[in-house]
Amino acid sequence: MCAFRSPITHMCRCRERRHPEGETRMILTAALHVFSYAAFAVFVIAVAVRYHRIQSMPLHLRWDLYPVAHEGKRAHYGGSYFEELDWWTKPREFSLVGELKGMLPEMLFMKALWEHNRPLWFRSFPFHFGLYLLIGWAGLLLIGAIAEVAGVAVSSEGGVGALIHYLTILAGAFGFILSIIGAVALLHRRLTDEEVDGYTSPAHIFNLSLFILALAVGFLTYILADQTFSLARGYIRSLITFNLTTPIGSGAVAAEFLLFSILVAYVPLTHMSHFFTKYFFYHKIRWDDEPNFKGSRIEKEITQALGYRVSWSAPHLKADGKKNWADICTEEVDKEVREEAKKK
Amino acid sequence: MKKTKKIKVEDIGKANGKLTHTDPKDFMPLPPPYDNPENLPPWDPLKNSDSVEASLDDTIAVAIPKPKSKQEEEELVKKFLSGLEKLFTKENNWPFLQLLTLTMEHCAKCQTCSDACHIFEASGRNEVYRPSYRSEVLRRIYNKYLKPGGKFFGRWKHGPIDLNWTTVSRLAELSYRCNICRRCAQTCPIGVDNALITHELRKLFSQELGIAARELHEKGSMLQLRVGSSTGMNPLVVKDNMEFIDEDMTEKTGMKIETPWDKVGADVLLIHNAGEIMAWPENPGAFAVILEAAGVSWTLSSDIPAYDGINYGLWYDDFQLARVAIKHAQAAKKLGVKKIVVGECGHSTKSLMVIADRVLTGDLNIPRESAMTFLEDIVFSGKLKLDPSRNDFPVTLHDPCNMVRLMGIVQPQRRILKYICPKFREMTPCGVNNYCCGGGSGFAIMSGYNFQTWRNHISGRRKLQQVLNAFSDDLSPETHKYLCAPCSNCKGQLRDLLFAYDAWEKCGILYGGLVELIVNAMSDVNPGFIEWEWH
Repeated sequence: MCAFRSPITHMCRCRERRHPEGETRMILTAALHVFSYAAFAVFVIAVAVRYHRIQSMPLHLRWDLYPVAHEGKRAHYGGSYFEELDWWTKPREFSLVGELKGMLPEMLFMKALWEHNRPLWFRSFPFHFGLYLLIGWAGLLLIGAIAEVAGVAVSSEGGVGALIHYLTILAGAFGFILSIIGAVALLHRRLTDEEVDGYTSPAHIFNLSLFILALAVGFLTYILADQTFSLARGYIRSLITFNLTTPIGSGAVAAEFLLFSILVAYVPLTHMSHFFTKYFFYHKIRWDDEPNFKGSRIEKEITQALGYRVSWSAPHLKADGKKNWADICTEEVDKEVREEAKKK
Repeated sequence: MKKTKKIKVEDIGKANGKLTHTDPKDFMPLPPPYDNPENLPPWDPLKNSDSVEASLDDTIAVAIPKPKSKQEEEELVKKFLSGLEKLFTKENNWPFLQLLTLTMEHCAKCQTCSDACHIFEASGRNEVYRPSYRSEVLRRIYNKYLKPGGKFFGRWKHGPIDLNWTTVSRLAELSYRCNICRRCAQTCPIGVDNALITHELRKLFSQELGIAARELHEKGSMLQLRVGSSTGMNPLVVKDNMEFIDEDMTEKTGMKIETPWDKVGADVLLIHNAGEIMAWPENPGAFAVILEAAGVSWTLSSDIPAYDGINYGLWYDDFQLARVAIKHAQAAKKLGVKKIVVGECGHSTKSLMVIADRVLTGDLNIPRESAMTFLEDIVFSGKLKLDPSRNDFPVTLHDPCNMVRLMGIVQPQRRILKYICPKFREMTPCGVNNYCCGGGSGFAIMSGYNFQTWRNHISGRRKLQQVLNAFSDDLSPETHKYLCAPCSNCKGQLRDLLFAYDAWEKCGILYGGLVELIVNAMSDVNPGFIEWEWH
């Protein structure tokens, strides 16, 4: 038994002793920590920048697509408030429960794919649900790490610590298994299905391969080196306590977190950012049925947009970069009619 | 079913004859009696013209003049790129910038949308008609030519593409092989909207290059803004025509009908699609009968272009859309009406109620309502004496995409039909999951070259299948059946479709609007409003 064994994590700390090999390892460990912080920062910044970019775009014209989930009693058949006589005089029903009923099955179980592309659902659902479980697993690792910092042992010994311990194992194990199955199945489809042949780019193959690599390393690490995820929790603990040189305890765990960090930074830079942009697709486009009333916020935004200067160059618009939308949509029409009348 | 040769996205830029061919042998099979090839209409081949671009497939919708020189080609390609850039600026494209950006950046290319597209399916899954094909072409061009580092990252992320005049001209035609029904968008697990890409492409061509289908622009919205109506009717002619219709209605129903014009202070300004006045006069006539019988205070406007509800800008040009919508609202404001009711026309209803809702401000923001809701109130108000036994024949309902999937007006027309038509039956699927008639986004009025053949065989094929299935219990021509389509453009397409397939003679199917059925059921007017012999 090593004399440097930690009383909390039961990890061997003998590598903390200073010698050339230990120093190199310490530097690498610190580098991995820094890389993880950087990845997290990239994730946050990328999401924030993309969110801000979309959110700050001007008001758009309505482009409703029914069913709209918050329509209450009409939502199940796709009805809208336009079905009411003199709809503008009636209070609009906005059902939050309806939105949740529309959103949750979509978010958790990919309802649209189940309904419209069942063969793909059998590949995509395990992948996505596996990732949800892994997000849960990461959350449980964080909670466990905080608990340990607070002096609560996370182990099979009973109490809250045991709950965290077992939930972490369940979420991690099933998360890895499901997401690997899904990712491999999706890659298989990309490589073999005629439907997507010609639409598969190198990035698609790379993305799925990266996921498979990261998930496979994570799963093998779990099976071979970290069956209770205590090493993984230890790494999270060292991250949140900023102990950058705390030994990770296993090269496999280090590789696992290196790959996870790459994924965390990479995903929001790609089309896979749909994990949060889907919000806009639904809430800001399909379900955006907010009518424009006199004096409303919408009316103010329209007025502002109609003032944008236009540079489209088709002859019927005669936009020159000086005229704005309001000019072209009103004055120009009258001018054309007058010119036409003069010609005749 | 034999599949067409697999065409790749990047093939669009390869100038080697036509990109694809449409062979009737590949098309989706139809139920009896059209399972027999002898009962199918012939496929009219395209008569190629040397002066217009026709390298996409076996039809022409836009008829783009061929550039006269290499230099002119290059200029047009440059203009295309410049237009594409403008689509992504808030100044030039605030109405759709957010929607377009999201759709361009988030497609997973899973092809779930494909099975939802009636054109793709009916064509025998022709790759070029796949809803994501044109989107992918545009996505690749955008990423390669307009994004930083696009030469490398564009290919890495999306795949190869070459931008040249062949690509541009084919893309222009291809933007008129989609009905913009948005059924594909409804099925997308992420929310990506390929129909929106079609819409934006058409806008790019119209607003930057001045290229648009002649029927939509020159003979459509421009004519409407100059003369008053895309039918060419000026205010005098339209009044004259309505006078004839009034006389006809008076004679036919036994009820004195006089359409009020420009009545200041009326409660309702009714705006018809003027195509009704020309092609289906019984429809505006039936409206007049119903409104008079119900004692509604209503009027038509003779202001240009307020007697024609069409707004083709919806399909190809935001400025044309706004110009027409503003004129409609100005006419209503001038009359001081309480509300505008849009007649049986899906795209007019959507453009004025939904799209123009974020164009009209201040006093121009006059309440606007669909005829479906308005009629439902009248029918169930007890103001009309209705005898459903007068409609004792099979009736099915076509759901106009603009009014139903894109506005959520689903039940009012159904409640009316269930009340006044004892043999009403639904199509499958119906409501917001319906299929487009095949005439959507302007196709119904586009018949140049052999485009009508293309829409009869391909874009309208799924709807024909649905109609036949709805009446499959008795398809004999002796049993008169009514296909209710409360939309002028849909009726235009159904007219051509049923005529091409000889569906009256072979199956006894007549099409018409909703108001005709209501008047046909009115017991205090002469019976027999629906004239089956006028199929």
